[in-house]
Amino acid sequence: MAETRTEARRRGARASAVTSAIARFLVIAVTTYLGLLAVTFFIGRVIPIDPVLAIVGDRAPAHVVDRTREEMGLNLPLYQQFFIYVKGALAGEFGTSVLTTNPVMTDIRRAFPATMELATLGTIIGSVIGVPLGVLAAVKRGSIIDQIVRVIGLIGYSVPIFWLGLLALVLFYAKLGWVAYPGRIDITYEYTFTSVTGFFLLDALWQRQWDVFRDVFRHIILPASLLGYFSLAYISRMTRSFMLNELSQEYVVAARAKGLSETRIIWRHALRNAAVPLVTVIALSYAGLLEGSVLTETVFSWPGLGLYITNSLQNADMNAVLGGTIVIGSVFIALNLFSDLLYRTLDPRTRAR
Amino acid sequence: MMMGKINGRYRVLLAGAALSAMVFAGAPAYAETPADTLVEGFAIDDIISMDPGEAFELSTAEMTSNTYDLLVRLDMGDTSKVKGDLAESWTVSDDGLTYTFKLKPGMKFASGNPITAEDVAYSFERVIKLDKSPAFILSQFGLTGDNVTEKAKAADETTFVFTVDKAYAPSFVLNCLTATVGSVVDKKLVLEHIKPVTPSDDYKYDNDFGNEWLKTGYAGSGAYKLREWRANEAVVLERNDNYHGEKAKLARVIYRHMKESSGQRLALESGDIDIARNLEPNDLEAVSKNPDLKTTSAPKGTVYYISLNQKNPTLAKPEVREAFKYLVDYDAIGETLIKGIGEIHQTFLPKGVLGELDENPFKLDVAKAKELLAKAGVAEGFSVTMDVRNTQPVTGIAESFQQSLAEAGVKLEIIPGDGKQTLTKYRARNHDMYIGQWGMDYFDPNSNAETFASNPDNSDEGKVSTLAWRNAWNVPELTEKTKAALLEKDADKRAATYQELQKTILETSPFIIIFQQTEVAGYRGNLKDFKLGPSFDTNFTYTISKE
Repeated sequence: MAETRTEARRRGARASAVTSAIARFLVIAVTTYLGLLAVTFFIGRVIPIDPVLAIVGDRAPAHVVDRTREEMGLNLPLYQQFFIYVKGALAGEFGTSVLTTNPVMTDIRRAFPATMELATLGTIIGSVIGVPLGVLAAVKRGSIIDQIVRVIGLIGYSVPIFWLGLLALVLFYAKLGWVAYPGRIDITYEYTFTSVTGFFLLDALWQRQWDVFRDVFRHIILPASLLGYFSLAYISRMTRSFMLNELSQEYVVAARAKGLSETRIIWRHALRNAAVPLVTVIALSYAGLLEGSVLTETVFSWPGLGLYITNSLQNADMNAVLGGTIVIGSVFIALNLFSDLLYRTLDPRTRAR
Repeated sequence: MMMGKINGRYRVLLAGAALSAMVFAGAPAYAETPADTLVEGFAIDDIISMDPGEAFELSTAEMTSNTYDLLVRLDMGDTSKVKGDLAESWTVSDDGLTYTFKLKPGMKFASGNPITAEDVAYSFERVIKLDKSPAFILSQFGLTGDNVTEKAKAADETTFVFTVDKAYAPSFVLNCLTATVGSVVDKKLVLEHIKPVTPSDDYKYDNDFGNEWLKTGYAGSGAYKLREWRANEAVVLERNDNYHGEKAKLARVIYRHMKESSGQRLALESGDIDIARNLEPNDLEAVSKNPDLKTTSAPKGTVYYISLNQKNPTLAKPEVREAFKYLVDYDAIGETLIKGIGEIHQTFLPKGVLGELDENPFKLDVAKAKELLAKAGVAEGFSVTMDVRNTQPVTGIAESFQQSLAEAGVKLEIIPGDGKQTLTKYRARNHDMYIGQWGMDYFDPNSNAETFASNPDNSDEGKVSTLAWRNAWNVPELTEKTKAALLEKDADKRAATYQELQKTILETSPFIIIFQQTEVAGYRGNLKDFKLGPSFDTNFTYTISKE
């Protein structure tokens, strides 16, 4: 009897803990969004670019310019414009991009999968290679291997990605012909392939169009590898430092004393503990790539989010910029949440708490 | 985020990357585009609408002219004349007010609907009533929302009557009708897609004349039909089998959005595109040396100029204006900065336009300039700023100008900025000096004469933002003279007036006109009959075939 009561109390406490966690998360999410929007909105409105120019062009007569300004509500006070925008956004109405004339979310639904496909592949490449390299560097600390990993990382981190991109294009595309360019898919498939989800690799798999899959893969592999290299540089450095930290812990000494094999100590015990902060690092680097890498997208003519937002920003196309900000904000919030959840599975201590 | 870094430094680095690319480049692995498809690499991120009544951008001009028909078109043999497109013949009444166009019989839109004078009238009506950016090209003939259905109407199935408000020179009226805003849309088809609108004070009509649909839709009769426009990605055109003229040789044309010159060059060399449209001088040179590739070029109706804001009292002195014209190193600019992409040209009418005047009297002459500055009372020099877009070739020209000004004791501060940013400041007349370009809105001398030589209202609220207004250059006599030239029926006399205007502008204006743009393209050797036209709306693709 007594036992069940404590049990129930514990369950109730856990439930209220979950509710308050959710509430806390909601409050944080809402303030994050509002803050994001406000900052972007006001910065967007003070940049010295006339948004009307993008719509009517340089040659438009004065009355057309004035009328358009009015239609866009740009003659209202700033706070009113902001209020109108937020009200629309809450109703799921994010406005129309002046550059593409599409509803902003339609544009983003098209641009984001392109970026996400690239970023996902890039992050997979970066982690699959970066983590083992980092572990290796930590284990062989100070050795020639450590130095090599360091140099690889430094190059990836400091060489401008578009320069590397162009060189890679010249080598792998123009000279060797291993990869395809430009864009996401060859124009041969313009008529035979329609993408439902916007993720070309998945769609090609789903529709069992193997030649399309091959072509899409040939298009994506080079930019994805470049982004992968870029994140590899970061991931391997962080892995190294996390591993060094773990390897100096007492449990490692204990494990060695117990006579466990070095491989087991490193990969099963130390890496497992290092994995917790590493997940955050990888998630953040993934989120960074999801913003879209303007330079990579420009070089590879990749119709992604980075290109879309940059182009919009340069034309003071605020609806598009704000829409993009919301999406990127959501990505960060979601990935943070995701890595929190992953913590719980990876680290039993956080589960108990 | 990485986006802030894309500008100035990035371009320089890219140029460096392109150089390294040249070092590495060797025999490329060769791909080929489909035999019935033309693929062009083209920066098409300026497109904002495919509606011919709204579109006014350079790349849209090309799309519209390949997909829509006009009453009359420029005669490619002699661009100071026009010839019939949908119109078989036309007459001008003796009082010069009524233009009667007879349409060719039996023509059809891509949709299969017949082309009638009704469609022409509706096309005019929607342009005037929508009143978008290019509408002034038609409304300058006295058309308003209230009178357009009377002034532009179908007399019968094949007769279209256009009434103008003054006895303009017929060459002026006809030249304006060659602009893409005069494209004829399929009335029946558009009416199926109109969206109801609540009338307001600003917009008195109950529907949008299909504007929203036509932004991405298509209702034309041109050699090609528009299949799809995906912003920042591609424009796809398909052959129109109902076309009234000679059918297009290739089944489809695909424009792929490619922003970078080096990327376009790589794709061209590898055969993934047939034509590269945005090649910079170094890439163009590499393409011209490749035996598999060819290059072509055509002077375009765009001139680059530096202007002096007359609100600045020093710049308003006539001697200073003249002195500055002697402080541009035209020769050096022509031989290096604009090599292959432009040629020195100091008058406001580009070559190929009625009334062109091919005179380049100014040379770099520091001594003469110093003399003039002394006469103006500023022998000891002064400081001045110039707003410059951070793109080439304008940045290079600005730097060259800065050096030669320094030799005459004038200190020039360059304020770099993004394109839209400098333009915003320029349009608000907050600049000292500005370097920019002006492209003709329609292929008639008035387009440039009006902007360089007329300023009907110099107040800050001026309703017409011509370049003369933007630089606060108040010239009532020139404004009148420009207006009068529109009414000169004799084409030779009209041409002579424009030559006089150009001489005056050359000598006294606050505009230092430097060069006329040349458009260049690199293309694969198996293309036949690819040519760039004299304007952005005469780059036709339907003549092109593949071997």
